[in-house]
Amino acid sequence: MIPAAFEFVRAGSADEALSLITEHGDEAKFIAGGMSLIPLMKLRLATPTVVVDVGRLRDLSYVRVDGDTVAIGALTRHRDLETDATLAESCGVLQAVAAQVGDNQVRHRGTIGGSVAHGDPASDLPAALLALDADFVVRGPGGRRTIPSGQFFRGFLETALAPDELLEEIRVPVTGRNGFSYQKFNRRAQDWAIVGALAVTAHGSTRVGLVNMGSTPLRATAVEAALAGGASAADAAQQADAGTEPSSDLNASVEYRRHLARVLTRRALEATA
Amino acid sequence: MSVNGRHEEHEVEPRTLLVSFVREACGLTGTKVGCDTSSCGACTVLVGGESVKSCTMLAAQADGASVTTIEGLAGTDGSLHPIQAAFQENHGLQCGFCTAGMVMASVSLIEEHPDLSERDVREGLEGNLCRCTGYHNIVKSVLAAAATQKGKS
Repeated sequence: MIPAAFEFVRAGSADEALSLITEHGDEAKFIAGGMSLIPLMKLRLATPTVVVDVGRLRDLSYVRVDGDTVAIGALTRHRDLETDATLAESCGVLQAVAAQVGDNQVRHRGTIGGSVAHGDPASDLPAALLALDADFVVRGPGGRRTIPSGQFFRGFLETALAPDELLEEIRVPVTGRNGFSYQKFNRRAQDWAIVGALAVTAHGSTRVGLVNMGSTPLRATAVEAALAGGASAADAAQQADAGTEPSSDLNASVEYRRHLARVLTRRALEATA
Repeated sequence: MSVNGRHEEHEVEPRTLLVSFVREACGLTGTKVGCDTSSCGACTVLVGGESVKSCTMLAAQADGASVTTIEGLAGTDGSLHPIQAAFQENHGLQCGFCTAGMVMASVSLIEEHPDLSERDVREGLEGNLCRCTGYHNIVKSVLAAAATQKGKS
């Protein structure tokens, strides 16, 4: 499979990346690691006429702790997150989830920003960032703005990111080394989750993120409310699929996905407690 | 880019995948195209010393990088790389189609984890599929190679 023809331009800086994307308009796409975009281009589901390579903007690859916030450069690779001692200490949950993405080869190329901008409901990191109430710092022709993760994921592979905006930084609260559990269910190693449930407890509350339970990554808000109201993990988890609209495919029916969401959420909550 | 230490400069279309560049422009056909969907790992090569699936990377993304393929492992005298030798000794292959990818993924894995357990190998090679061996001898080969390399260092 070969992608449709396109023009390839490499950005030497974030400024240059933005001016290139503005110059080429809607037909242009940023590429970072390419772990999501290249497969789509090979299947010709994505046919950008210009590809702007931001993969070498190393100044957007970092993990920094600033007070009670962890700032992560959008071009930080999964492998870098997986091996970053600062991240393990300040937000262990993200380190653990990054280590579950794809396989070694994918983690050597894929970036956290690419995963967020792609917005796949079956990806691990977007649901984790949603559960962490992350903020996304994006930069466009008009300057920078911050989009809360709760308003970012709009639909299947659709985000609040405008075509001429570049995701620069992901900000999450410091949650510490422990206090989380990610239950990823798949039949074959390296596959996307058939369903995933992530629980993270920090600052007195427990948040739950769901992978592949609808057209976007989701928060299990009914579970969070039940826990805040004093429900047990087992009782709260019964509401994990409330309000979700999972799809049916060859891996799982709608009912099976709902069942998995409840079971995996219970396991995640019990492991976190 | 540098491929196995050799300067390779070719004019290719932007949509050329790294695997096509290596096989067609450089004539190094040891790297295989398996699934072509970044699942099977047969096309694994090293870019900057790290394993990547060359069917899911544009050649242009590797412009200027240092790439190593299976042809670049053996010594100039033809002596096998310790991982290649271990695959041979432990019968870590049957049909051989996945082998180049398995070996390259293992080079990167051992580099990153000098103290490999069997579980590390099984998890570390999750991105490489083999339809013949059932994996046992592949895992054995990688563990043997890791032990040899550790003994040397």
